[in-house]
Amino acid sequence: MNTLQRVRFVGKPIVFLLCLVPALLVVGDALNLTGQLSANPVEDILDRFGNWGLRFIMVALAVTPLRRITGWNWLARFRRMLGLFAFFYVLMHFLVWLLLDRALAVDPAFQWSIVWEDLTERPFITIGFAALLLLTAMALTSTNGMRRRMRKNWDRLHYGVYVVGVLGVWHYWWQVKQDILEPLIYAVILAVLLGLRLYWKYRRAPSN
Amino acid sequence: MLIKKPADIRPSEITSESNYLDRRQFIGAGSIAGASLLAGPALGAIVPEGDRAQLPDVRKSPFSTSEKPNSYEDITTYNNYYEFGTGKGDPFRNAQDFEARPWSVTVDGHAAKTGTFDFDDFIKPFDLEERIYRMRCVEAWSMVIPWVGISLADVVRHHQPTSKAKYVAFETLHDPKRMPGQRRRVLDWPYREGLTIAEATNPLTILAVGVYGEAMPNQNGAPIRLVVPWKYGFKGIKGIVRISFTEKRPQVSWNISAPHEYGFYANVNPEVDHPRWSQASERRIGSGLFAARIPTQMFNGYGDQVAHLYDGLDLRKNY
Repeated sequence: MNTLQRVRFVGKPIVFLLCLVPALLVVGDALNLTGQLSANPVEDILDRFGNWGLRFIMVALAVTPLRRITGWNWLARFRRMLGLFAFFYVLMHFLVWLLLDRALAVDPAFQWSIVWEDLTERPFITIGFAALLLLTAMALTSTNGMRRRMRKNWDRLHYGVYVVGVLGVWHYWWQVKQDILEPLIYAVILAVLLGLRLYWKYRRAPSN
Repeated sequence: MLIKKPADIRPSEITSESNYLDRRQFIGAGSIAGASLLAGPALGAIVPEGDRAQLPDVRKSPFSTSEKPNSYEDITTYNNYYEFGTGKGDPFRNAQDFEARPWSVTVDGHAAKTGTFDFDDFIKPFDLEERIYRMRCVEAWSMVIPWVGISLADVVRHHQPTSKAKYVAFETLHDPKRMPGQRRRVLDWPYREGLTIAEATNPLTILAVGVYGEAMPNQNGAPIRLVVPWKYGFKGIKGIVRISFTEKRPQVSWNISAPHEYGFYANVNPEVDHPRWSQASERRIGSGLFAARIPTQMFNGYGDQVAHLYDGLDLRKNY
C-alpha cells in the first residue's frame, strides 16, 4: 500500500472511530454503562459536547502547522473529517441546549420567545450561535463538488474557521462564572495556532 | 451535645431517596412495636452501615416544604464550594480527607457575649431542627435539601448584640493546606458573607450542621454553614469560623469579585436577570434528562415570611 492508500483504508477509519469515542461515552454514561452523568445530566452533556466541539476546532486548526513542521503532507487528508467532527460536536451542543436545556423536546409550555431572547440578548449565546452558523455553512460546502464550483469563494468561506475558533473560545470565556483557567488554556492554544500562521505569512516580508 | 465527624462515604452507603422517604413509615412501625424512636438497630436498618454520625433529638419544623427532597447522593456530589475546587464535582472529590475537628467559632464585634468557642460548645445551647428547604443556585439550578440546623435568631440572641449591631458577618476557614481550592486566587480568600440583623434573625435563617439527619458532610460545609433559603445559594457560607456583629455593611465575597453581577442581598428574584443569563426559570436537580425547567419563584417561594424585610427597597438596584 502506498501512503494515500494507507490514509484512506487504515488511517481514516481509525481516526473516524476515535473521533466518535467522546459521543459514545456520553451515550454510555447516560445509560449507566461506561460511567454516569452528574446530578445535573443536561448540563453535563451540554458541557461535554461544547468542550469537544472546541477541542476539535483546535485539532482541525493544528493540522496545517503540524504538517509544515513535520513535513507529513498526508496529514492534510484528515482535515475535512476533523472539521466535520468539530461541526458535529458543536451542533450536538446546540441541540442539547435547545431540546433538553431549554426543553423544546420535553416542555409542553416551551416558548420560542425565550430562545429568541437568549440568542439576541445574551451575548455569549449570540456569538456561540454565530460560530455554529459559520460552521454549518462550511460543513454544507465541504464536498469536493462544492469546492470546485465555489472556486476562490470556497477558500474565503473556509478561512472562517479562524473566526469560529475565536468565537468559540470567547463564548466559553464569557460563560464561566469566575474561574477562567480552562477558557484561558484554549485561548493560549488558539493564539499559538493562529500566531504560527501569521509568523509564517509575514516572516519573509521585506523589512524595508 | 457531641457531634462526631462524618466518616468517608462510600457510594454503596448512600441512602437512596426511597429509603429516606420510607423512614417515617419504618420508624412508625418500630414505635408500634414498642421500640424507641432512636433505637440504634432500627435506624441502622434504614441508613446503611457505616460510621456516619446520626444527629440526636432532631425536631421537625413547620417551615419545612412538603416537596420531595433530593437524594443524599445528589446533595453530596453536586454543589459549589470553591475552597475545594471550582467544578461542581470537586467538593465531593477533594473534601473527603478534610478534618472538620477540632473546630472553633469566634464571635466578635458589637455583642456582649463574644469569644472563641469550641464547635460543640458553640451549638450546645440550641435545639436541632430539620428544615427541608428549597435551595436555588444563582446558576439557575435548584434542589430540595433536608438540612438539620439551629436557628440563627437563637444564636444571635444568645450572644446579646448591642444596638450598634446592624449586620452579621461570616467568614470561612482560610487554610490552603486543608482547602486546596484556596491555593488559587479564584476569589479573595477567606470567603465572606453577611446579612442584615433582620435577615439574620428571621425564623427561616439557620446555621446548618447536618443533612438527612446526619452530621454535615465535608463537601457541604462541615461542620457548620449558613442556610438562607430565600437567597441564592452562594449566600450560604460554609465552614464558618467567625461570626461578627458589625455596624457597617460587611464586604461579601462574590460582590467583591464581580460587583455588577452579585449584590449584597442576592435575593432569589425571577424578574432580575443575572447580567449573563436569565433567572426566570431553574432546572431542578434529580428531575432527569428529559424534564422541563420550572419557573423560579420570587424569594424562592418564601415571600410570605421575608418580603416585608425589603419593603420600599428597589430590588432591581439592590440585587
